[in-house]
Amino acid sequence: MINLLASILLLLAFAMLSQRRIKSLIKLFIVQGMTLVANTVVIASTTSQTHLYYSALLTFALKVVILPWILLRMIRRLNVEWDVETLINIPSTMLVGIAIVIVSFNLALPISQLAGTVAKSTIGIAMACVLLSLLMMITRSKAISQVIGFLSMENGLFFAATSTTYGMPMAVELGVALDVLVGVLILGVFFFQIREKFESLDLKHLEKVKEE
Amino acid sequence: MIEAILIFPLLGGTVLAVWGHRSWAPELNSLVSFCTLSAAVLLASKVLLHGPMSALHEQFFVDSFNVFLMVLTAFVAFTTTLFSRPYMRNEEALSGLSNYQMRLYHSMYQVFCFTMLLALLTNNLGILWVAMEGATLATVLLVSLYRTKASLEAAWKYFILCGVGIAQALFGTILIYFAAEKVLGPGGTALLWTHLDVAKGSLEPTVLSIAFVFLLVGYGTKVGLVPLHSWLPDAHAEGPTPVSAVLSGLLLNVALYAVVRCKILVAGALHSHFADDLLIGFGLVTVLVAAFLLWKQKDIKRLFGYSSIEHMGLMTFAFGIGANFAGLLHMTVHSLTKSAIFFAVGHAAQRSGTQTIEAIKGLIKTPAVGWGLMLGAIAILGMPPSGVFTSEFLILTRAMSTHPWATPILLVALGVAFTAIFGKVQSMVWGESEGRALPHAPAFSPIVLHLALVLLLGLYIPQYLARWYSEAARLMGGS
Repeated sequence: MINLLASILLLLAFAMLSQRRIKSLIKLFIVQGMTLVANTVVIASTTSQTHLYYSALLTFALKVVILPWILLRMIRRLNVEWDVETLINIPSTMLVGIAIVIVSFNLALPISQLAGTVAKSTIGIAMACVLLSLLMMITRSKAISQVIGFLSMENGLFFAATSTTYGMPMAVELGVALDVLVGVLILGVFFFQIREKFESLDLKHLEKVKEE
Repeated sequence: MIEAILIFPLLGGTVLAVWGHRSWAPELNSLVSFCTLSAAVLLASKVLLHGPMSALHEQFFVDSFNVFLMVLTAFVAFTTTLFSRPYMRNEEALSGLSNYQMRLYHSMYQVFCFTMLLALLTNNLGILWVAMEGATLATVLLVSLYRTKASLEAAWKYFILCGVGIAQALFGTILIYFAAEKVLGPGGTALLWTHLDVAKGSLEPTVLSIAFVFLLVGYGTKVGLVPLHSWLPDAHAEGPTPVSAVLSGLLLNVALYAVVRCKILVAGALHSHFADDLLIGFGLVTVLVAAFLLWKQKDIKRLFGYSSIEHMGLMTFAFGIGANFAGLLHMTVHSLTKSAIFFAVGHAAQRSGTQTIEAIKGLIKTPAVGWGLMLGAIAILGMPPSGVFTSEFLILTRAMSTHPWATPILLVALGVAFTAIFGKVQSMVWGESEGRALPHAPAFSPIVLHLALVLLLGLYIPQYLARWYSEAARLMGGS
């Protein structure tokens, strides 16, 4: 069950890498959040770690309800709901993605050998999710897609924390959640400011500042 | 006591979010920072008398490593508010900042101070991460305060680069927790630094070495280590100058503090020079690249931003070779000198109406600004008798005995930096003045105070400070 959910997460990471519609990207982000919640609940019930239920609840509230709501509202108000991003070279991005997965599995090998958790085999997948999101941030030029990449990277980290250690202490998790929420709100303000000044959310316009 | 230090800026930030645009807001801002400073000094004197202490179920702690950084942070935060009083009033008059922007500025300034002090005082590596990310969020809005194209771009770059960087640090923190949980058991204590320090010998070395790479890349982005430095000059150049002063004076220091705290644990677990070698490598590359990039700078604030990168590289190198005493001293004097320079630079740019070095001339006509910049530059370039000379001398002699091959590289970098900065500063300070008169007189006292302290530290280091330095140096496993 845990392995199944982990492989779904990996598939979703690849799907996000190749998704061109911004609205569909947000939908994929919601599915990713739900898979994460399901995974946390499964681990919680098989190991009877009660604090994981709370963190599943927190994840659900933040990543399935609040953040997608903010993002969807934002793209509606910015009127970019139906925007399609031109992605160059999807096949080669995919190939780089596959290479990343192989590297992450190798890197995770010593860690998963030491782990005593039920989900130790999924640490490699967690690491791959983090790095694939990083790849997504690099290949995208739209501001909103970069932010979704950032958020899915945070999802990957959360997944890594649950599968290696059954989650971080609650105080830390709350702090991280607060930071993410505030970060997205600030970015929302930013979108409007960037749009006002540059008349576009395409970050290609942004590469003017100097390295004279 | 520890709570008081954190409550003042948090409360101040809330109050200033509502009344930050009033005519008395700059004074209130200073008052809040002064209260924070008083609390920090009181706490430091307690530590001096009774030794290290912890509070709130060990969630917060003060030892000889963070006590002086705490006082330094509170001090620079206070003097920067003194500088920001006339500076922001001039900005309000010259570039027409709205009430909303003034509220944002004052409130976020205090929130930023809060996150810095939280990062320093917390005993929990997870909270340290949260505080560092909070500091990014608070300063992002400050960098984009003017809403110009360039400032928005700088802020976006800052946010994305530091966000990605700090996500790597979170992964490193998770790995440390993973290794510690096996030794200390699950739950809150496995992330407490004091507990980790006791148990560091039995932590799993492979996991910790992977963790350190992630932590170094993560927090190193905020320190401004090459090749992760590109946000730093942009953020320094585009934000209001008090923000540049606290970025250089506080944020970089605290980020390096986070790296060193993690390094102590990793070095204890590894029994090898892996962590040290990484610090030496990153440090040397940073010093060298930043020194050569200084030549190309045309913007005065970018110039000193690159100078900060160079000095952070030097400190990283110092902690790598085990010249910890010198590294800590350099942290102190660099923070004081660089913020003093930014105070002078801020008024210089206001007076000339531009940040372009070629267009700034005859600063000496306003003696506080001209002499402040000149003396500050001389001090930061490591001329005796400034404290920067002492610390650089100590780092170099140490490098000579342990890593002789690195000394020529450092000397070349320092020489290049000297000629680059000195030439540019000279052309700005002398010559005919073309500046305008400022509506509010520039703040002279913070510049004098900082430079006097740097001079003092070059001539004489108080005994208790030296004791803190050497105790902290021993904690890091060197001298």
